[in-house]
Amino acid sequence: MKISREDVVKVAELAHLGLSAAEIDTYCEQLDRILTYIEKLKKIDISKVEPMAQVLHVAATPGAGESHPELREDTLLVCDVAEPVLAQAPDAQAPFFRVPRVIDR
Amino acid sequence: MTPPNPWTVAGVRSALQARQISARELAAEFFTRIQSRNPELNAYLTLSTERAYAQAERIDLAIEKSEALPPLAGVPLAIKDVISTRGLRTTCASKMLKNYVPPYDATAVERLDRAGAIFLGKTNCDEFAMGGSNENSAFGPVRNPVALDCVPGGSSGGSAAAVAARLAVAALGTDTGGSIRQPASFCGVTGLMPTYGRVSRYGLVAFASSLDKIGVFTTNIGDAAAVLSVIAGHDGNDSTSAAVPVPDYGAEAEKSVEGLRIGVPEDYFGPGLDPEVKEKVYAGIALLERLGCRRIALQMPHTDYAIATYYILATAEASSNLARYDGVRYGLRVPGSTLTEMYRNTREGGFGPEVKRRIMLGTYVLSAGYYDAYYLRAQRVRSLITQDFTDAFQKVDAIVTPTAPTPAFRLGEKASDPLEMYLADIYTVTGSLAGVPGISVPCGRNKAGLPVGMQIFAPHFREGTLFRIGRAYQTALDWEG
Repeated sequence: MKISREDVVKVAELAHLGLSAAEIDTYCEQLDRILTYIEKLKKIDISKVEPMAQVLHVAATPGAGESHPELREDTLLVCDVAEPVLAQAPDAQAPFFRVPRVIDR
Repeated sequence: MTPPNPWTVAGVRSALQARQISARELAAEFFTRIQSRNPELNAYLTLSTERAYAQAERIDLAIEKSEALPPLAGVPLAIKDVISTRGLRTTCASKMLKNYVPPYDATAVERLDRAGAIFLGKTNCDEFAMGGSNENSAFGPVRNPVALDCVPGGSSGGSAAAVAARLAVAALGTDTGGSIRQPASFCGVTGLMPTYGRVSRYGLVAFASSLDKIGVFTTNIGDAAAVLSVIAGHDGNDSTSAAVPVPDYGAEAEKSVEGLRIGVPEDYFGPGLDPEVKEKVYAGIALLERLGCRRIALQMPHTDYAIATYYILATAEASSNLARYDGVRYGLRVPGSTLTEMYRNTREGGFGPEVKRRIMLGTYVLSAGYYDAYYLRAQRVRSLITQDFTDAFQKVDAIVTPTAPTPAFRLGEKASDPLEMYLADIYTVTGSLAGVPGISVPCGRNKAGLPVGMQIFAPHFREGTLFRIGRAYQTALDWEG
C-alpha cells in the first residue's frame, strides 16, 4: 500500500474536504493505484537534471540588455468592481464578506 | 432564405458583405439550430442571446454604412464555460459556481468581441476542465454528435460537439493535458492548442497554471488561423503571456509543405494504440510524404513517463488553485458552525468526485515529506520530456503522432476507472508539459464511422507550421476524397 486510510483522512483535512467514510474508502483504493503507477518515475536517473521552473519559452523571456515587456508602466487604473464582486458573495455586508465568527470575545 | 452550409469564417464574411444574410438573421439561424439539437447533445449550458443580438446589430450597422468589417465580423462562436464572460454565467460545469456571473471578460473574449464575433453561449465541459470524456460535468455529459452513445472527449467536450454539430462556426476551448486536441479528435473537427504564453490566460478560471492554454475548435485550418490571429498576443494582465510578435497566420497556412521535415516518433505507435487509428495516422503521414514532406524516424525516450509527470504536476497546481473555493467570496456556501466547518461543508458539497480526487492527489504530493519524492522529481522529469522535444526539433520541423490511442469510447465505459482514463492522455500530455503548440486534424474514420485525429506538434511559437501542414493535408484529403 502506498497510502493508508489515515493518510487519506489527513490529506482530506489539509485540503478542507469533509469526505464521507465511503469516499475515504474509495479514494484510498484509487489514490493507491495512481501512486503505484506514478512509482515508475523512480526508474529515471534525475541526479543531473534541473527541475523545470519556467514554462515560458526562452524566445518569450528577454535576455540581458533587452526590454522587459512584463514590466509595465506603473500607472493607476480604475478597478471599480467592488459592487459586482460583493453581489456574487454568499453573504456580504458592504464593504465586507461575512463569515462565521472566528474569534470569541 | 436558405443559408449556405456549412458556415466558415470566410463564408460568413462573404455572405454578410454580399448582403445574402444579416448578422442578426445568422445569429437567429444558429439559435434555432441550438434549440433543436442541444436537448440531445447538452453542448451548451447557457445561451448568450442578448449579447449576441447586440453584437449582431453592431455588425449590421457597419454593413449598412459600408464600413470596413473587423476580422471575425458576424462569426457565431461558442465559449467554454471555464472562460469568464462579463454578465454571463460562468459555471466551470461545477455546482460550486452554478450561479457565478463574472464582472469582466477574459482577454481572449474581449479580443473576439472587438473582432466582431457573435457569442452564442457557454459550452459544457468536465468540471473545472478535469477529465477526458465530459462525464465529469455537474450538468450532465455531452453526447458526441457523430455517435450519440459515445463521449465527445474532454474536457472541452461541449465546444468540440458544438462545432462538430455546426451549432457554432468556432469555439474557444482550453487545453491543459489534451482537453482541446482529444475532443477534436473524437468529434472529427480541428482543435488547436497554442504555445504556452501565446494567448493570455487572463479571465481563464485556473486549473493548472503552468499547463493551461486557451485555444480553438473549428471545422478547418483557415478558421483556426483566423481566430488565433485575433486572440494571440501579449497582455499586460497575464505575466506569463509572451511578448512575441504575432505572425500573419493566414499567410503562413498558405505556404507549401514541400521539403518540410516530419518527425515520426516510434514511441507514439507502440502497444495500446488501436490498430485502425494507427493505420489512419500512418496513411496521413504517407499523404504528407506525397505532398513533399520528408519523413524522419524519431526517438522521444521519456514519452512513457509523461502521464505520471503530468498527473503529479497538474494535480499539485490544481490543489493550490482550487483552494480559493471556500464559500467566502463567490460561489456556493454550505453553512457550518465554525469557519473551518463551513469550508469543509462547502467544498464537500460543491466539488464533484474527479475534482476531489485531483485535489486529494495534489495535496498529497505537495505535503510535508512527499514533496521531493513526487513534485520535485516530476519537475525534473518535465525538463527531460521538454528536452526530448528540443532535441527532436533540431532534426525536424514538426512531429506527427496519433492524437489519442482510440476513437471515442462509449458513455460510461471508463467512468469507473480514473487511472485508465488518465492513461488515455498519453499522446497529448507530452506537448502540454513541454509548452509547445499542437493541433489535431481529422484523418478519416474507422470502420464503425468514428473520427480519428492526427496530432501535429511544432516548436514554440510556430503555430504557422501547424497551419501550413494542416492546411496542405486537409486540402489534399478533400481532393483525394
